Amino acid sequence: MNKFLLPLGGFALLAIVLAIGVKRSPEKSTIPSPLIGRPAPAFALASLTDGNRIVRSSDLRGRPYLLNVWGTWCVQCRAEHAMLLEVQASKLAPLIGLNWKDEDDQALEWLARLGNPYDTVLVDRDGRTAIDWGVYGAPETFLVSAAGIVTYKHVGALTREVWAREFIPRLKP
Amino acid sequence: MIPELGHFALILALLLAGLQAFFGIAGPQLARDRWAAAVAPAVAGQFVMILTSMACLAYAFVTFDFSVRYVAENSNSALPLMYRIAAIWGAHEGSLLLWIFLLGCWTLAVAIGSRRLPPRFAARVLGVLGLISFGFLLFTLLTSNPFLRLEPPAPDGRDLNPLLQDPALAIHPPMLYTGYVGFAVAFAFAGAAMLEGRLDQAWARWTRPWTTAAWAFLSGGIALGSWWAYYELGWGGYWFWDPVENASFMPWLVGTALIHSLAVTDKRGLFKSWTLLLAILAFSLSLLGTFLVRSGVLVSVHSFAADPARGVFILIFLCVIIGGALALYAWRAPLLKSQAGFELGARESFLLFNNILLVIAAATVFGGTMAPLIADTLGLPTLSVGAPYFNPTFLLPMLPLLALAAIGMHAGWKRGRLSEKRRGLLATLCIAVAVALAVAFGVFSTTRVLTPVGLALGSWIVLSSLIEPVDRWRRKLTLSRSVLGMTIAHIGLGVFVIAISSVESFTLERDAALARGESAKLGAYEFRFDNLTPIQGPNYDGVRGEIAVQRNGKPVVVMHPEKRRYWVQNSVMTEAGIHTRWGSDLFVALGEDLGAGRWSIRAQVRPLIDFIWIGAFIMGLGGAVAASDKRYRAATSVADASLSSAAKEPVV
Repeated sequence: MNKFLLPLGGFALLAIVLAIGVKRSPEKSTIPSPLIGRPAPAFALASLTDGNRIVRSSDLRGRPYLLNVWGTWCVQCRAEHAMLLEVQASKLAPLIGLNWKDEDDQALEWLARLGNPYDTVLVDRDGRTAIDWGVYGAPETFLVSAAGIVTYKHVGALTREVWAREFIPRLKP
Repeated sequence: MIPELGHFALILALLLAGLQAFFGIAGPQLARDRWAAAVAPAVAGQFVMILTSMACLAYAFVTFDFSVRYVAENSNSALPLMYRIAAIWGAHEGSLLLWIFLLGCWTLAVAIGSRRLPPRFAARVLGVLGLISFGFLLFTLLTSNPFLRLEPPAPDGRDLNPLLQDPALAIHPPMLYTGYVGFAVAFAFAGAAMLEGRLDQAWARWTRPWTTAAWAFLSGGIALGSWWAYYELGWGGYWFWDPVENASFMPWLVGTALIHSLAVTDKRGLFKSWTLLLAILAFSLSLLGTFLVRSGVLVSVHSFAADPARGVFILIFLCVIIGGALALYAWRAPLLKSQAGFELGARESFLLFNNILLVIAAATVFGGTMAPLIADTLGLPTLSVGAPYFNPTFLLPMLPLLALAAIGMHAGWKRGRLSEKRRGLLATLCIAVAVALAVAFGVFSTTRVLTPVGLALGSWIVLSSLIEPVDRWRRKLTLSRSVLGMTIAHIGLGVFVIAISSVESFTLERDAALARGESAKLGAYEFRFDNLTPIQGPNYDGVRGEIAVQRNGKPVVVMHPEKRRYWVQNSVMTEAGIHTRWGSDLFVALGEDLGAGRWSIRAQVRPLIDFIWIGAFIMGLGGAVAASDKRYRAATSVADASLSSAAKEPVV
């Protein structure tokens, strides 16, 4: 055998390993949240539209809901906004917005200008609640079951594909 | 408008790169010299287009054009100008553009420097470079376009990753990439030789300066990155065997083997197929490094913008470039014959061992870097490979290599005699061992065996490198640039080894929880936590500690470590307080606020640590000096480039 073929053979093996690695890497990019399968962290936050109204996590029990973390400073949030309007239109579950480290007037202006996809927007100005939920960047979208258990978390902008693949099956058993 | 211009220029550059590749490779192959003549204009045109593209992206950053997605994601209206420029390569898309730009610079330099080369050969070299550039331009345009717009524009940007807001890191990527990309030139020379089916000593002489220059940049780039990690990450280490660090280190190791192997091919016409393989490997490892960092296949603290679509593209590109080159190698390399032989103990044999040991070292790093991925592929549990694997397996081939380096540079070509140099070598060895033992056991009373071994080897290399220049200076003879460069690089290596031995053996370290006014002792030093004040920067706020250091009761310095919180990304960065004295560092970093006025504070005394980077820079400087030797630029006629390996007695 031609010994000069050995490097090519070695590279072929390496390419196979890399190909399998690339194929599997999307699985790795979803950062598993320790919250999955656990009760959603409790919160009591003011509503953005009605500062006197306090919404508690216990108020939301009884049916599944979506919690979307966003801010007007977040570029990706702007990108997913249209998708959130579609989610709202689907009427599959109430969509709760967690307005994270933002200014109230800017957030209101954003919703007035682009349309409000949320059933309720909660204000998390100091980021306390986001820390409890293990948020490490916006946007993130959580799915909480009727029993108050976190069943799914998506990091990054919500896309139609992710919505159809991950959320809809979990919402329509 | 300006970003669209940049985008358009990038498309034109792609077309020109395609032409450059086609005419450069097909022209000489089909013996159409007029096609080959079109290559140089294509190179120039491509360069202008890439430069335009770079300038457009820079303009978007400087003018805060947050309608460009890449700008909005990597800068902010509060970001200082210097970092807005550095933000161009602050993330994936822009660093690819930088890669392409630097490849354009190297290609232009080769086009200018190769006018004395046989025209068909030069066309082939530029053709291969065009192919590489084409692949990267296509990759950028299809998966990573930095000029895409954001609709509607963002009111403000998300800011540059605060880790990257640092002067050393602003210049680290360009320097590192210049080295990485420079190996593309050696690769292209190898590709051209294989396409031509001919490789002689003249080929090695043409390839040497380019390879050495790329190697020098890579040395400097790696040293800068290590220095940055040391003072910015706040852990006080200088090397972490992180996949991204390894990705730059593997091409360096193979590149080091390549410059030594090229010396043998140049002087004696030996190791031809081996040199070819190393030239292919060095660049392949650069490409592989890019792949590992960009594709998200390996998880690393450095990796940003992982995207499987990009991974697939790079994998295909790797298969075309590396697979193609290795297939060509399997076909052509058997034709290369080396007639001359050499004795054991001749310089060739030392360089052979140098090559074997460096390649083994690169292979151990490669194995450790790839092991987690391979384990994952086979479905084995997650594997984490770190210093406990890398340190011993890497040292094993390195220790004999260092000893051989000290002797090998005095061996003559062809015959295995050290002749008159034997006495000098023995004398320097004795001095080195004596100094090492005195420092290791007399001054520091260490218990580790490796400490005196490392110190002795490092000092021996430095002293042994000086034998030849001192001898020449006494006899009032001059040194050629290439010998001078080699000497400097070897001295740098010795300094580097001494520094690492010292840091690894004599470092003192302590984590203490201190309230104001309390102090912690570390050897002869006492660190007293005096004060903590709030600070305010252009795009961050934070606290600054005031820590007074005394040595044997005498005040040495007051240090100011900082902890900063960058607003936009809300991330906390540690700015360590470092005081340098005679190349040794006092290092203080603020840890966590433990409440009740107490802070965890990390204090270290690291003797000679700065000489790690100084040593690496000296190595790089040596490379730069060697690459500038006039011998490589001497006019070479085609007739001179004979196939013969007849042993002319060489100067070096």
